[in-house]
Amino acid sequence: MGVGIEVRGLNAWYGKNQSLNGIDMTVPANHVTAVIGPSGCGKSTFVRCLNRMHETIPEARAEGSVKVGEMDVYGGGSDPVEVRRRIGMVFQKPNPFPTMSIFDNVAAGLKLNGFRNRKQLNELVERSLKLAALWDEVKDTLHKKSGASLSGGQQQRLCIARALAVEPEVLLMDEPASALDPISTSKIEELIFQLKQHYTVVIVTHNMQQAARVAELTGFFLMGSLIEYDKTEKIFTTPADKRTEDYVTGRFG
Amino acid sequence: MRWRACWCGASPAELRGRVPNAIAPAAPRPLSLWRRFSDWGATGFAILAAILVLVPLLAIFVYLVIKGVGSINWAFLTQTPKPPGEVGGGMANGIIGTGLILCVASVIGVPLGIGSGIYLAEYGRNRFGDVIRFTADVLNGVPSIVVGITVYSLIVIRQKHFSAFSGGVALGIMMIPTVARATEEMLLMVPMTIREAAYGLGIPRWRTTLSITLRTASAGVITGCMLAFARVAGETAPLLFTAFGNQFWNLKLNQPTAALSLQVFTYAISPYDDWHKQAWAGALILILLIVGAVAAVRIVTARGRLGA
Repeated sequence: MGVGIEVRGLNAWYGKNQSLNGIDMTVPANHVTAVIGPSGCGKSTFVRCLNRMHETIPEARAEGSVKVGEMDVYGGGSDPVEVRRRIGMVFQKPNPFPTMSIFDNVAAGLKLNGFRNRKQLNELVERSLKLAALWDEVKDTLHKKSGASLSGGQQQRLCIARALAVEPEVLLMDEPASALDPISTSKIEELIFQLKQHYTVVIVTHNMQQAARVAELTGFFLMGSLIEYDKTEKIFTTPADKRTEDYVTGRFG
Repeated sequence: MRWRACWCGASPAELRGRVPNAIAPAAPRPLSLWRRFSDWGATGFAILAAILVLVPLLAIFVYLVIKGVGSINWAFLTQTPKPPGEVGGGMANGIIGTGLILCVASVIGVPLGIGSGIYLAEYGRNRFGDVIRFTADVLNGVPSIVVGITVYSLIVIRQKHFSAFSGGVALGIMMIPTVARATEEMLLMVPMTIREAAYGLGIPRWRTTLSITLRTASAGVITGCMLAFARVAGETAPLLFTAFGNQFWNLKLNQPTAALSLQVFTYAISPYDDWHKQAWAGALILILLIVGAVAAVRIVTARGRLGA
């Protein structure tokens, strides 16, 4: 089951440039929450802060409080590796491990963390690929083909399966469909809708229709601040802030 | 392509003044004589360059075969050298000795080289990394005889005897910079997104480096190792005062050892006709061993590769 996320006073920097200013946001469990906003507004930085991926970039740092379920992400004894194991991530460009088979791609997170039980591994890989709606397309070539041999849309679903295999509680998606064709995109969107039964999903998107289609809640970011955060319907029909209205009606961004 | 000329209803000549060149349609006219000539010239030059690279390589190999193949026989491959002036004997001890020295060299050079390559690529974006990178490049250019004399004074003098081990150390030191720089270059070619994918799965950094990044770059890293191996396999100068050479069998690491390159050198400058012939044969065997070892590694490492 998914868990909720509570963000309080989150600030983030790249070197001396502050890219997030005091974000407060509460993401409910087992919901899909969309993060929208123009390029460079900090939405990717925001989700990357949730699982401490932000700090893997040289000179980047973040401060504030992020609670995922009971876990204090930026708390004293918190281990970024453990955080990332419990908060999965799917990136903008499909990034399967090119030298690994399809099976090994999905199993990588488990195997490289010392998971050795062959039978359970097979089950988990099959379950994850089924969840990601990829199983039927790859079940005959699991060990024969490399992850990089799949089409772009399949690669992205492979990456989703790979993230699901480690059984995270939260799934972060950073523009997961922006590099894909419309058919693959609709498959991924359908999938996101399914996933919220088991996971809490936070999805960054450039595409406002996509946010409207998949998300129950939407947050609008502008220049590193969270301008408005409400039910998706409200954001797109009767936003409280003028800037949100200008953005969702296409007046800028 | 004719329709392109009708773009916006204006002829290319009219457009040229009004729209940037990048979007103005090119007139569909035949290539000028000069462009055809320069195309032909550039292609011809590339082909010529390729041939010029291959010619000396093939020439050396063919000449070696012509000169050496006649002296390769069972005795040459299985016997030790006969005393000076006597006909017959072989270089079996040299073949084994070269193998022994190269084993020691690889055991030292490959792990240290790959290790420092990993450091340079994954952790070495700082002053210390720059110092190591510079040192590696300098070491790459140090004449092999200097490496030999260094190992001579550090190991041979201290142990008071020549040895296969010291020869291996000298060649291993020569392998390190090549392997390290090749590993670094190959790791840097692995996109950052691959590392991020691994971090995102909760895989620790050291695990990511070894099992994801290095694995992704493995084909290039292996090529780098083979280049370094092939380069030192034929080295003679650093072995003169480390492995030293030996007329007899030796399988012990702490004893002076024969090596093909040393034996070729000794035989080639000797006054005996039979030894001259054997020197050619030894050189040929040395080349074949290097080609064989490189090919074997290629075949073994290609086995696990997946269908694209």
